[in-house]
Amino acid sequence: MNALPLVLTVFVACAVEAIEALTIVLAAGLTRQWRSTFQGMAAALIVLAAIVGVLGPTITLLPLTALRLVVGALLAIFGLQWLRKAILRAAGYKGLHDEASAYLREVAAAKAAPAASRRGISDWYAFTLAFKGVLLEGLEVVFIVITFGDNQRDLGAAAVGAAIAVVVVAATGIAVRAPLAKVPENAMKFAVGIMLTSFGTFWGAEGAGVKWPGHDAALLVLVPVVAVVSLGYAARLRRARRSGGAAGSRAQASVSDGVTG
Amino acid sequence: MMRALKSFGAFWYDFVIGDDWQVAALVVAALAVTALLVHLAGVNAWWLLPACAFAALAWSLRRATAGKP
Repeated sequence: MNALPLVLTVFVACAVEAIEALTIVLAAGLTRQWRSTFQGMAAALIVLAAIVGVLGPTITLLPLTALRLVVGALLAIFGLQWLRKAILRAAGYKGLHDEASAYLREVAAAKAAPAASRRGISDWYAFTLAFKGVLLEGLEVVFIVITFGDNQRDLGAAAVGAAIAVVVVAATGIAVRAPLAKVPENAMKFAVGIMLTSFGTFWGAEGAGVKWPGHDAALLVLVPVVAVVSLGYAARLRRARRSGGAAGSRAQASVSDGVTG
Repeated sequence: MMRALKSFGAFWYDFVIGDDWQVAALVVAALAVTALLVHLAGVNAWWLLPACAFAALAWSLRRATAGKP
């Protein structure tokens, strides 16, 4: 398969995670102390590098069929989880993930926390906040890079996609020195959910022994089908919510009429 | 130590399984049935996993929105 879809998929997925990590790092750095924030980021990156160093080569030792079965199942489950959240957000059942309000929450918590130095780190709160933020979001990046890269036997292309995403988000964050609130995060998560579910379904079924009609070209059908079905679910839920709201308003109005009439 | 292990497990559960474990269970069951159909019955059941994924998503969405305005 061409490396471009792989790079693009990993790029978008990792950009979403990098935006969330950036929000936490900015909150720690701007309200507390940049030195401890950078130390926290560096410590998290070292842990992530160690995880990649151990997991990457171990996973490549697995036979491709077993790898596709396990990774396909994980990606399909992970992708359906993303899609579920994105559909509920698109239909209005769940609040949109708002980086600006997430940033304000982190800033308020950071301002309220007392300053304390520990283990040679001058601001332990800033250190742990940056460490946890970068490690947790970074783990998702590592998961995506390793699963996509190993399955396509092109870890390099997946790593390139992730690296570009992290560099672009970090550079934009440094330039604007504010959380990237204007990025259409739900649309990006929707797209990533579609790709994760499609690739996961494709690889998982292959790992179970299926021969897809058209081989790799089946993905060119599977991705749009997953997209159309998911958008259909979102549209249906939105309609149901609107008609439910209208029916609720009518019922309320008739109750009011009964009371006042 | 136990607390660290518990939070490590909770992180991975939340990370992979998320809000609805039944979606994960359905995907795993669909993969198992696919493997059985392919290897025991000789049926190339490429359609089963996508169909089950769509059904699992619809079912999960239905339960998530049931009774909500």
